[in-house]
Amino acid sequence: MSESLIYELSSPGRRGTPTPKLDVPEAELPAGLVREDLPLPEVSEIEVVRHFLRLSQLNYAIDKGIYPLGSCTMKYNPKINEVTARLPGFTGAHPHQPEGLAQGALRLMYELQEHLAKIGGFAGVTLQPAAGAQGELVGVLIMRAYHRARGDTQRDTILVPDSAHGTNPASTSMSGLRVVQIPSDKRGNVDLDALRSQVCDRVVGLMITNPNTLGLFEENIEEIVGIVHGCGGLVYGDGANMNALIGVVRPGDIGIDVMHYNLHKTFSTPHGGGGPGAGPVGVAAHLIDFLPDPVVVREGTDAEPHYRFHRPSQSIGRVRSFWGHFGILVRAYTYIRMHGSEGLRNVAEHAVLNANYLRCRVRDTYHVPYDRMCMHEFVAEGRISGTGSTAMDVSKRLIDYGVHPPTMYFPLIVHDALMIEPTETEPLRTVDAYAETLLRIAEEAVSDPALLHEAPHVAPVRRLDEVQAARTPVLRYRRQP
Amino acid sequence: MEFVSDVRYAATHEWARTDGDQVTVGISDYAQSTLSDVVYVELPEVGDKVSKGEQLGVVESVKAAGDIYAPASGTVVAVNEGLEEAPELVNQDPFGAGWLVRIRLDDPAELDDLMDAAAYKSLVESEQAS
Amino acid sequence: MVYTPHTDDDRRVMLEAIGVGSLAELFTSVPEQHRFPKLDLPEALSEMDVLRELQTLSDLNLNANSVPTFLGAGAYRHWVPSVVDYVIGRGEFATAYTPYQAEVSQGTLQAIFEYQSLVCDLTGMDVANASHYDGATATAEAVIQAYNTFRKKRRKVLISPAVNPHYRAVVRTYTQGMDVQIAGDESIDTPPADLIDRVDSDTACVIVQNPNFLGQIEPLMGLADRIHARDPQTLLAVITNPISLGLLEPPGSFGADIVLGEGQPLGLGLNFGGPYLGFYATREAYVRQLAGRLVGQTIDAEGKPGYVMTLTTREQHIRRDKATSNICSNQGLMALAATVYLSVLGKHGLRQIAELNYHKAHYAATAIDALPGYSVLNRSPFFNEFVVLCPSPVARINAALLDSKPTPILGGYDLGHDFEGWEDRMLVAVTEMNSRAEIDAFVAALAAISVQERGEQ
Repeated sequence: MSESLIYELSSPGRRGTPTPKLDVPEAELPAGLVREDLPLPEVSEIEVVRHFLRLSQLNYAIDKGIYPLGSCTMKYNPKINEVTARLPGFTGAHPHQPEGLAQGALRLMYELQEHLAKIGGFAGVTLQPAAGAQGELVGVLIMRAYHRARGDTQRDTILVPDSAHGTNPASTSMSGLRVVQIPSDKRGNVDLDALRSQVCDRVVGLMITNPNTLGLFEENIEEIVGIVHGCGGLVYGDGANMNALIGVVRPGDIGIDVMHYNLHKTFSTPHGGGGPGAGPVGVAAHLIDFLPDPVVVREGTDAEPHYRFHRPSQSIGRVRSFWGHFGILVRAYTYIRMHGSEGLRNVAEHAVLNANYLRCRVRDTYHVPYDRMCMHEFVAEGRISGTGSTAMDVSKRLIDYGVHPPTMYFPLIVHDALMIEPTETEPLRTVDAYAETLLRIAEEAVSDPALLHEAPHVAPVRRLDEVQAARTPVLRYRRQP
Repeated sequence: MEFVSDVRYAATHEWARTDGDQVTVGISDYAQSTLSDVVYVELPEVGDKVSKGEQLGVVESVKAAGDIYAPASGTVVAVNEGLEEAPELVNQDPFGAGWLVRIRLDDPAELDDLMDAAAYKSLVESEQAS
Repeated sequence: MVYTPHTDDDRRVMLEAIGVGSLAELFTSVPEQHRFPKLDLPEALSEMDVLRELQTLSDLNLNANSVPTFLGAGAYRHWVPSVVDYVIGRGEFATAYTPYQAEVSQGTLQAIFEYQSLVCDLTGMDVANASHYDGATATAEAVIQAYNTFRKKRRKVLISPAVNPHYRAVVRTYTQGMDVQIAGDESIDTPPADLIDRVDSDTACVIVQNPNFLGQIEPLMGLADRIHARDPQTLLAVITNPISLGLLEPPGSFGADIVLGEGQPLGLGLNFGGPYLGFYATREAYVRQLAGRLVGQTIDAEGKPGYVMTLTTREQHIRRDKATSNICSNQGLMALAATVYLSVLGKHGLRQIAELNYHKAHYAATAIDALPGYSVLNRSPFFNEFVVLCPSPVARINAALLDSKPTPILGGYDLGHDFEGWEDRMLVAVTEMNSRAEIDAFVAALAAISVQERGEQ
């Protein structure tokens, strides 16, 4: 099954959707600046519709089935979110229109800041970051600015556990800081002795993911926070795994100073094939003045409130144009309003229930190296002993059974890792079926290993040659001369 | 896996073959097999000064990237231009056609702390065991 | 509860299999004194009530699509073909993740490959990535690309003062921890040509915008050559409006090394500022310094063509602290919208839209310039935006325009927000959405306001 490129459907002279007629006199075009060739496709509207519909059918999606990518929180994306985000007063609001004519949008942003602050236990929240990675950059820049404002300019080091997402060290380097890696101990926690040996007056802070990428709650989190605070450092929480914690524990309560939320994970906004998401950042009281420009503040009276943008006094500056991924904020706001406090706790409880249930169903077959009560996800080894089958083979074979594989080969500290996050929106029947499929594949690895090595057999394409793609990159369509 | 004996090895998996005041540098058979299919090699420019332990370049596969460190200080006198078109030479012939750079040494004694084949082999075996 | 499908029986079976007695027992690793806090959020609502609440908030905003609008300054009211929302609304695209498992993500991957190709064709460049968050962050990534190209050894970045002020601010935010000096935009009167004199062997890149923030089409012909005459390696980055490329020579033909911009005009709607799309293209030689995702064509085990994410060793999940950027997403769905937009308009449609923008903006400018008290300050060609010197502060004029009958008019952008002493300069945007009748009403309203203002003085 394959689909031509849109360029290959093109015929000279064919028109797409008609454009409006010119209703004013023509002006003279700028001499010498007009392009001669605009090599875009020439296709009709129906060809465009069919082309993209056929492409859509080559995709797997949450709307089709379970999508248990670890650390990605592929939960159901409620359809009401799409309805509210498309209300005309939201889609048609110009970002520069006067604040007085955007009070609905500003109020929504203000309320969302407040709700997220309550959920995370923070004093202030910025909605500006466009994604989790940008939230991290914002968080690290805030920590750096905080120390510099106090004259603590020698601080240049961020501590990062070896189980961290790659974005943590990358965000650190972008901020001009250096990374020191902290190993994990045998229970999958941060190694406290190693941490103690690295804290000093050069430490800007620690970036910690909790639950960590093994899906485990850091058992010594309060001690870790104490050690870092003890040297004057701050603690950054990577909120990628917040789905396990909403309504269960507020990171701010356990001493986290700054944390990003992933609205596209925990708060159900669609992933869109890679974006757009949103990565708001919450901070403790001592960091509020450093938040990016702008935040939304409320003035006036309770009866007649007025909302406006405000630049915090020691702001790290503007991190994007305009005011954040507003359309994503509307969806997350809708989600929070649909749930309330109890509803959000229920989300975390069932995310953890599904993950532990699936772990218990497969652990005798797939080795779980840090096998204790997990949070919203767990990490198993994908290799099946005595067969030569790898995490890759198991994953590709899952595709043949019509379901999506877990995250593979991450975290790096587990060999052949399969990181599995079913999320709370999967019914028991689906989780059971996934477990049974995993067990059946393990049997196939013994009885018919080639079935796994050559998988997928029933997918739009067979296994793709990534080596050729990288050795001789073809990154765009080129017309045949 | 090959551990040829006419070169010396660094703990970071480069090999060095001395020829007068010059040394040819590549990555070991173990290193190339760990990386799997090499798709791209980034090398320094001829004339660059490098110091021992400094990053010389990067060898990349689809899923990983290995930094290459200079086994000794000196001046880069040649780089293997064939790798631009055929990076797979690093996999096919790591100790021969897959060489990376040639350096004119400032001080040949800097190579003394490199390992011989036997010592390197036991290092690799201990890495594989962990 | 809302979206958790578990029945009481399900929960019992599952807890039993795990070996715990209650949901709460799953969380014993969480410090007890902090476990299960009271969140104090407002009561949960039904779908019907949520919609009612959001409808109320939506109604408190002016919908710029429902009134004559002349506001731009980085976000533009353009016509969005119906096909665009139809495609991006499909769950197969919207509810898919980043295409890590290529075999079941060929739809997303091929669409991104088409997007990359369309951006290259539009800009006249060799390679494009799978997109950035917006034009501002794409500009910051251009600085980082240039910084990495010279292995962090060149410290100077020259940026034209006529680059969108938000973009200049974001560049400064992104580089605050780097050893980089951002200069060139100290005075708004500096034309790009004057930046050339400041290029030296410590200059990583020069950044200009065309059409610039004030709508002006900059004289780019020969700019790259003159920069390279001073230093052959300094990169030239050009920020551009993608609709203008339907009509104007692409920056690639002027020797630009990086071409980027805000993709919002390509079918994304206003959405109060986001989500938008940063498009980004460069020359083949710099492909390994590119940030973000790239999709490449390859073959499968049977020799059939297919698409994969490629050159991933530049990225954070492999290179960690040595990655080209921390970016680990793209604006997938927004890039898809732009792909559909460019496909359904195509070669002829985009040219026509660009011409409509150009002609209508010039029609409006001519009429406003003829009004007593107003003058258009752009003296050389502009695209769909221009600066009007007004007889009184823009804030007052805009307030009066909103009081227009029969409908309010959303006036242009108040340049006093960004440039000291420019409180009487309005940046007016005109697109294909502005009918002749709207433009005439706008001109008439401006004329009436001028008369009224003079009467009050």
